[in-house]
Amino acid sequence: MFRKNFYLTLLLITGSLAWFNAHAIEIIIDKGVEKPLPVAIVPFGWSQAAALPPVDIAQVISNDLSRSGRFSAMEEKDLPQRPTDFDGVNFRDWRLLGMENLLIGNLTLNNQGDYDVEFRLIDIYKEKQIAGFRIPSTQAQLRRTAHEISDIIYEKLIGIRGAFATRIIYVTVNKNQDGTKIFSLQISDADGYNPQILLESNEPIMSPAWSPDGRSLAYVSFEEKNSAVYIQDIQGGTRQKIASNRGINSAPAWSPDGSRLALTLSKDGNPEIYIFHIASKTLRRVTENAAIDTEATWSSDGKMLAFTSDRGGNPQIYEVPVEGGLPKRISFNGTYNAGPEYSPDSKSIAVINGESGVYRIGLLNRATGQVSILTDTRQDESPSFAPNGHMIIYTTTGARGNALAAISVDGSVHQRLALQDGEVREPAWGPFMDR
Amino acid sequence: MSIRILFILLLSLTFYGCSSTEEIQDDASVVDQGRTLGEDADSQAYGASEGDHQGMSALDDPNSPLAKRIIYFEYDSSDIGPEYRTTVEAHAAFLTANQSVVVTLEGHADERGSREYNLALGERRAESVRRQMSLLGASATQFRVVSYGEERPAVDGHDDYAWGQNRRVEIIYR
Repeated sequence: MFRKNFYLTLLLITGSLAWFNAHAIEIIIDKGVEKPLPVAIVPFGWSQAAALPPVDIAQVISNDLSRSGRFSAMEEKDLPQRPTDFDGVNFRDWRLLGMENLLIGNLTLNNQGDYDVEFRLIDIYKEKQIAGFRIPSTQAQLRRTAHEISDIIYEKLIGIRGAFATRIIYVTVNKNQDGTKIFSLQISDADGYNPQILLESNEPIMSPAWSPDGRSLAYVSFEEKNSAVYIQDIQGGTRQKIASNRGINSAPAWSPDGSRLALTLSKDGNPEIYIFHIASKTLRRVTENAAIDTEATWSSDGKMLAFTSDRGGNPQIYEVPVEGGLPKRISFNGTYNAGPEYSPDSKSIAVINGESGVYRIGLLNRATGQVSILTDTRQDESPSFAPNGHMIIYTTTGARGNALAAISVDGSVHQRLALQDGEVREPAWGPFMDR
Repeated sequence: MSIRILFILLLSLTFYGCSSTEEIQDDASVVDQGRTLGEDADSQAYGASEGDHQGMSALDDPNSPLAKRIIYFEYDSSDIGPEYRTTVEAHAAFLTANQSVVVTLEGHADERGSREYNLALGERRAESVRRQMSLLGASATQFRVVSYGEERPAVDGHDDYAWGQNRRVEIIYR
């Protein structure tokens, strides 16, 4: 009896420790572009030579660029020299190694106890600086600053803003010793660092969605033994229950201007799409059909909603003007298309495409109506676009349960995002954050 | 007269109480007595004064069709198979006879495809069971319909067996 109690106490202690200790995600590259751009990132100069810098800026940038699958970063041991300013660069040495782009920089601790990060991106062949900035930072912000530098390099060399300095939210599921499950809603940097728990529950949590300003999120929680939709402030943690009617309260999706949420409610009989105006707390019904209508997503101009409906016999994607009108079917490939999400330019819609019991992430071209399949696994779901539209993060289910993966929209780059233990699912990639 | 009824009741309590104690190991004997009385013709007098108690006891009989509390479904379907007819009818009859009893119909789906679509599908399955039971006489106030979609699987696997076990409606009395 004593032993049993002792064991229980131990469980309670370790259980509560887990509350504060979210596990980081590790990213593994499965596949990159055929000819990744060679880039050399030299360890940054550091003003306090007596101590190690708080963050290895060059390493963070190097990991970001390699992980994108579009760059091959030279290994540190192969660097022919370690310049920290433009005049110190020996262009001939780098050219001999076939290196095209070089990043150098300095990290300085200033008198206020904060940091200055200064960097230069250099074109070896032209012997010219492509970009150079000094970014003020703090110890807590240094990793973020490094990701911002990665964003700039990506933009200068690929032609589109990088999405490294962004965050993701996702749901994890872990089993307690007694077999019960613990659900948690977490946020981390896009590279899996700094995971933090936003909500933990013994009841399921699903469908997390970002507000367009990246300050709040909406989600569904079953903590009151039925689905209910909540809005939560990320920084402060305060939250507000916005829908808890009889039946389903689910599928929150923020309008691009942040003023409204599309919701799925079945309070009037069966699942229908509604628009909830956050400030006035008013509700407007959009769909009216005896079939299932659910999981609406907003086009980037805020004028259209795409949603899943089985009014035609099986789940397919339909579009309807936000102001109302007759929904029009837009997906025709396969017997199952669901989980729509507009790309940032709204030219395509990511979907779950099901065919012969296999569920993959597809891209529905709005102009042609064709679905191109991106993934080659059997059970993929919950696609979410990076804010630059280059990558889609999604859930893939294998023998060990749910895990995250990401694929570029051209299919050339594939990553797996592994959690140390437990399941991780329903990723939602956050918006660009202005500094 | 009343003494005689009491005597019979006491007799049957003792008799059935003992026999059922052997059948079911860990249940409180009070519950067993209630159940066996419910099956006894003499129990009508007892049942008239505590109707619900008699009714609830039928739920504890492992041989009653009421003991079946799960209805399974085909992929992407909310049609109730003919093999569940007895189950649905038994629960509907029980609810009709016990108007104060409220039942929770909990709809579930397998893990494949969209989570939100599955949440809707779970509700449609539970609604399908509710509709049938209502048609058979249970009243609207006796149901609480809730869907968990794929969020609360009965079996945690990722194969046909697990999926078949997870596409279900659970009939829950509290």
